[in-house]
Amino acid sequence: MNIISAQNLSLTFQTNDGPVHALKDVNLEINKGDFVSFIGPSGCGKTTFLRVMADLEQQTAGTITVNGVSPEEARKARAYGYVFQAAGLYPWRTIGGNIRLPLEIMGYDKSDQDQRVKKVLDLVELAGFEKKFPWQLSGGMQQRASIARALAFDADLLLMDEPFGALDEIVRDHLNEQLLHLWDTTHKTICFVTHSIPEAVYLSTKIVVMSPRPGRITDVIESPLPRERPLEIRDSPEFIEIAHRVRDGLRAGHGDDV
Amino acid sequence: MRSVLPILTVVVAIFALWYGAAIQLNKAWAYDKADRAGVELSFQDLVADTWSQKKPRLPAPHQVGEEIWKTTGEMVAKGRAFSKRSLLYHSWVTFSSTMLGFVLGTGLGIALAIGIVYNRTMDMSVMPWVIASQTIPILAIAPMIIVVLNAVGISGLLPKAMISMYLSFFPVVVGMVKGLRSPSAMQLDQMRTWNASPSQTFWRLRLPSSMPYLFTSLKIAMAASLVGAIVGELPTGAVAGLGARLLAGSYYGQTIQIWSALIMAAALAALLVGLIGVIQRMTLRRMGMAT
Repeated sequence: MNIISAQNLSLTFQTNDGPVHALKDVNLEINKGDFVSFIGPSGCGKTTFLRVMADLEQQTAGTITVNGVSPEEARKARAYGYVFQAAGLYPWRTIGGNIRLPLEIMGYDKSDQDQRVKKVLDLVELAGFEKKFPWQLSGGMQQRASIARALAFDADLLLMDEPFGALDEIVRDHLNEQLLHLWDTTHKTICFVTHSIPEAVYLSTKIVVMSPRPGRITDVIESPLPRERPLEIRDSPEFIEIAHRVRDGLRAGHGDDV
Repeated sequence: MRSVLPILTVVVAIFALWYGAAIQLNKAWAYDKADRAGVELSFQDLVADTWSQKKPRLPAPHQVGEEIWKTTGEMVAKGRAFSKRSLLYHSWVTFSSTMLGFVLGTGLGIALAIGIVYNRTMDMSVMPWVIASQTIPILAIAPMIIVVLNAVGISGLLPKAMISMYLSFFPVVVGMVKGLRSPSAMQLDQMRTWNASPSQTFWRLRLPSSMPYLFTSLKIAMAASLVGAIVGELPTGAVAGLGARLLAGSYYGQTIQIWSALIMAAALAALLVGLIGVIQRMTLRRMGMAT
């Protein structure tokens, strides 16, 4: 079954300067276990698309299903975890308390909460930081904690909106490696919005290239890279070839604007 | 320690101005007395007289200090700390209605703010009334409240506390509306992705986020509440409280008594606001929101 299925999906924002076509006639199928990256310049609708999946925005035309149901039903069934660009941890809660927050809201019982917090902290390599407060952690560690928070409850789908956008290159490489490992061990389906071509190629089994005005998909690339990916794979000819195709797609989508 | 010198400088300047003003304001009476007695007044005599009159227009600081000591420390030493002549007794009376009014006002303010944030109708309709309520002079409305409540059999502490509440709920409403709306769109979206109920969003996100705003409002509310309590004591027939002392002092031209009550009220306000400041620092530090 397809985790995400979008047909002729469009979203138009009405603004004072007239309608803005954030998404126009978007068609996409995402299979279970895929790691899908959405890449494109600002205004191409990649974040909007992710927000439609999460029922944070509603389409104005077309249909979309998440886990076979509408995004609203999927949200109410807590079918996905969403990681925002900023970690958004509550300063008045410890790292453990922050991860426990969605679990409290969803009504997991206390012993189950403790177990899950421990498990996901191990997953993101933050074991031992449960009692620390967010300000005691670096930006990269905070973002890892926010990923742990999205993993703590039973959602098979992880939606990530430029989660590493504000981090430096070295931290980013490390987190990318960790994320791949996490994806491999948890068998989640991941939708990942990014600006970075190497990041998209390194992480994804499927790369969705988008372009703006109106926001649309210009290319969908099925990556031939193996699941097992050391960082060095980025120097391989296959990797460079895919990166090239992504860059071509981005350039083509841009048209004469640039 | 570095802040001691500037503070001392200001204090010294205030005292200098105060003593100077006391000479200026009280000299007419001193010359009057000298005229009638037919004596010439040297500058030294003038200063000595203006700083020690029984009913001066402006009492000198040491006169006020003496009066305060006589009605507080000395009475405590005699074991009569809560006699009707003790300023401590009157401060206690004012303090209790200030606190009751403050608690009621804070409760009302938070309740209104929650209504305004969660209910569109209240959002559109309540705020103009809240603002209008504060444009009515409290001196005009205070006797009405006392009289009306007395007519329905409520007297004593509660009517005064109602006036305190009337003044103190306003900063709390304004601050809490802003505070409860302070979570970012991202934080609210995040709650939505977890399908959190409105009450979960309130208790876990909106209320904790509003704490810095709440404490700022509470400081203003506390000061306003004290003013309300004093104003509320004026029309109660001058029985007890710092307001009653002010009123009695003005009936009998006891300016020293008025000033000592004023200073006492200021000290009480500083103490209460300072106390909230301490609680604020402790709470916000615990919450990782210290500024």
